[in-house]
Amino acid sequence: MSRTLLKGNVAIAEAAVRAGLQAYFGYPITPQTELLEYLASRMVELDRVFLQAESEVAAINMVYGAACSGVRAMTSSSSPGFSLMQEGLSYIAASDVPCVVVDVMRGGPGLGNIQPSQADYFQVTRSAGHGDYHPIVLAPASVQEAIDFTTLAFELAERYRHLVILAADGQIGQMMEPAELPPMQSARETRPEWALSGANGRKKNVITSLHMQPEDEEAFNQKIQRRLAKIRQVEQRSVEYWTNDAELLVIGYGTAGRIAYTAVERAREMGMKVGLLRPQTLWPFPEERISELADEIQSCLVVEMNAGQMIEDVRLATSGQVPIEFFGRMGGMIPMPDEILNAIEASYARITRPVAHHANGVRG
Amino acid sequence: MVTLIEDVPATMQVVYQRPESLSCVSTHYCPGCTHGIAHRLLAEALDELGLRDRTILVAPVGCSVFAYNYFEVDGCEAAHGRAPAMATGLKRVQPDRIVVTYQGDGDLVSIGAAEILHAAARGENITTIFVNNAVYGMTGGQMAPTTLLGQKTTSSPFGRNVSSSGYPIRMSELLSQLDGTAYIVRRSLHDVAHIRKAKKAIVTALKAQMHGLGFSMVELLSSCPTNWGIPADQALNWIAENMLPYYPVGDYKVHPEVTTL
Repeated sequence: MSRTLLKGNVAIAEAAVRAGLQAYFGYPITPQTELLEYLASRMVELDRVFLQAESEVAAINMVYGAACSGVRAMTSSSSPGFSLMQEGLSYIAASDVPCVVVDVMRGGPGLGNIQPSQADYFQVTRSAGHGDYHPIVLAPASVQEAIDFTTLAFELAERYRHLVILAADGQIGQMMEPAELPPMQSARETRPEWALSGANGRKKNVITSLHMQPEDEEAFNQKIQRRLAKIRQVEQRSVEYWTNDAELLVIGYGTAGRIAYTAVERAREMGMKVGLLRPQTLWPFPEERISELADEIQSCLVVEMNAGQMIEDVRLATSGQVPIEFFGRMGGMIPMPDEILNAIEASYARITRPVAHHANGVRG
Repeated sequence: MVTLIEDVPATMQVVYQRPESLSCVSTHYCPGCTHGIAHRLLAEALDELGLRDRTILVAPVGCSVFAYNYFEVDGCEAAHGRAPAMATGLKRVQPDRIVVTYQGDGDLVSIGAAEILHAAARGENITTIFVNNAVYGMTGGQMAPTTLLGQKTTSSPFGRNVSSSGYPIRMSELLSQLDGTAYIVRRSLHDVAHIRKAKKAIVTALKAQMHGLGFSMVELLSSCPTNWGIPADQALNWIAENMLPYYPVGDYKVHPEVTTL
């Protein structure tokens, strides 16, 4: 396969098609609209289901219905629209039906603006709707990763019969870069045994999120929690750069993580022992690696395009072993590499070192 | 003294029994509520048309939230008002299946007004059984968009009043204006003659879906003695006396092809 120049939103859409997407329901909202527009023709050409819904509320419930019939179903939106989907996301999570939702995050709160942001971090990682659960959250930092994570999202959704959110910031959705698409998978012909397809020759199937007896509801919750524990154990994903001997660990995901890479690279050129960890899964958070690194580093700098929502997860992962500093831009502002570099220099300068620093890591 | 009849004469064959599409369970509905009748009519219609094994029922939030327990068909439970959206998803990916939503007035006319309106406008090839009893049942008798003027409910204790709550919505009339609809009728469950007509309408609505003619809905005027605060037998009269004048039974939209079914 060859690399082609692709816009993030279009790349996600085509990757979903190639992953065997059978039904897409969506509603226009900037900066994800190209995704919907692309599928409007592409899905129809392939004789698959495309429907522009009357609202995000309807779109997510259409996805819920399609997912209940056991096909690969997806919707996409951006922050204000994603807020409207919370109800449906919770029902989906409570019904054990796999589905994929793309949130191309923009500036907020409120109507905010259409510039890139990561301010939905809490919303996507904490629950995405009412009730006790986490969706699986993937955060791409390039068009290529957006493609790869779209494929992965469908695999994870079906492996765990769970909700997967592709949390891309507006920058990922809007920018163009060369990327390689995976080969085409045909839409699946068979349906899982739990799917709603008519009780022909079998007992009826029922999909519901209602458990009136608290004992039953608790038992269902325990089932979700066992599933989440397993996901937390095996699905943490992150990439690292220069972490071997790092004294300062920069942590950033998506576009912020990618810009931080440039800043950390420059810091290295300047002789600072700085490393970068870029979470690829926001839930499960890569707490295992960060916890290991906490034994080796002196300080941490979280970089985000929000007010510092990931700090809580980093603090939990590092168990208070190291100071955690933060640099972020909000409201659709994208940090410049120089700004992050300045923050790195300042954080680095604040590190208190033992008088004689040993390579084997004696703490000050 | 009980005498066992061993040879059943031809004149004593079973002519009335539980439809196959209806589950052999007790329902949670209150005495005098007409949900049971509505369920039976839908089940009979599914049986008669041979649709049981390819039907998917979408239950609402409201008194009929457990409807999926009462039918021997595949079923699911939608979020409040979203049954038409969920049904759209189910139907679009398997157009050869029969998809039915069963919704009350709070669900369909209030919180789900947008979903039903757009499903109807799209000509979504699904069938909706709309149970209108002019009140929120499950939450204990609050005012619904279909609550009549002057009707007392727990949230309109002085009677529904136009200046604060506006007018009851006639949904069948409203939806009938949309070109995507194939069959929109209102029937009532307050007496035997009306019940028989309701059954016929449900059969026709399902036939419209089987022939891909577009959106079909049967509105059923229903009783809620518990939340109306009147005895069950009087509740049926209350439908006739109070609901029928505001919500006349009738055919509001009949696609020309429906008449040939």
